Amino acid sequence: MLTTKTRRSLGLALMFGAFTLPAWAQTVKVEDPWVQATVAGQKATAAFMKLTADAPVKLTGGKTPVAPVVEIHEMVMEGEVMKMRAIDGGLPLEAGKTMELKPGGYHVMLIDLPKAVEVGQRVPLTLIFTDTEGKEFTVEVEAPVRPLKRDHGKKSGHEM
Amino acid sequence: MTIRPGLRRCFLLALLPLMLLAACEQATTTASFHATEIRDASFGRELQLPDTEGRLRTLADFRGEVVAVYFGFLQCPDVCPTALSRAVAVKQLLGEDGKRFRVVFITVDPERDTPEVVRAYLDAFDPSFVGLVGSPEEVARTAKEFRVYYRKVPTGSSYTMDHTATTFVYNADGKLRLAVPHALSAEDFAADVRRLLAE
Repeated sequence: MLTTKTRRSLGLALMFGAFTLPAWAQTVKVEDPWVQATVAGQKATAAFMKLTADAPVKLTGGKTPVAPVVEIHEMVMEGEVMKMRAIDGGLPLEAGKTMELKPGGYHVMLIDLPKAVEVGQRVPLTLIFTDTEGKEFTVEVEAPVRPLKRDHGKKSGHEM
Repeated sequence: MTIRPGLRRCFLLALLPLMLLAACEQATTTASFHATEIRDASFGRELQLPDTEGRLRTLADFRGEVVAVYFGFLQCPDVCPTALSRAVAVKQLLGEDGKRFRVVFITVDPERDTPEVVRAYLDAFDPSFVGLVGSPEEVARTAKEFRVYYRKVPTGSSYTMDHTATTFVYNADGKLRLAVPHALSAEDFAADVRRLLAE
């Protein structure tokens, strides 16, 4: 239980916090990023990761030295038909809620690869986010490359 | 016990879906496959496409093997590696019987997926997987024969392919027997293949 006094000071602190918020850089925590390996001649691949933002923001794009084009995509199954679409306007992240980009859902698509992305490589990735005021900020990560053949494990056999 | 007629009607109506379900169950569970069983298919009767080495392959080439046919494309970062990784897992689960399980990958994007790249891609999963790369017309004809849907969809600078993610499975006599949904686990898939190998 909070006493009235502490509650009031808490309220003041929050108000103060709200005033100082613009000066406070927003961050997005990026965990377990990985990029799927490709073979020579394969022109695209995807990056997967877990994102947790401290404020409502959108993942709107990215940059990487391994590919000239980066898009945010969503995979959906309509019955047995697989559809992949670029997400217009970015992928919204709720404050404090972890959004997992994984097979069967969202991914960062790396397009027009000039050469293969191989296991052992670490792919530098600049993620571009847009806050509620339309201001962009970036987060840099290095994503290790995982083999094309995924470990299906013993239990479900499906990574979805 | 007396039940008012209105209430009784409600009861029966509520039971109707269950009764229908029971009727369907009877029709399909005789063989108890996890995947959808197919009998006397009027589709997927023929397959004739060049492989990654340029040899024309037909279903007759795989007699004695259970054959799993999957349509996909190499730019596909999601369902295709998932489906092919599952196929690798199925083969492993089959143990010694895995030698009689053949995976055939047909690209629906022959404009970008050249035979060389398809070969390298499949080798990353299992070198025994067969890759078929036809001309756009041949691919269209094959997809039609399998009632497989695929479509080019532009995305920003490039394009992607919508496509049916079902795996079609033939028994060792070359009869189309199963439609395996994308979401079926490797374990259930392997159990079905074992049953087919015993047919």
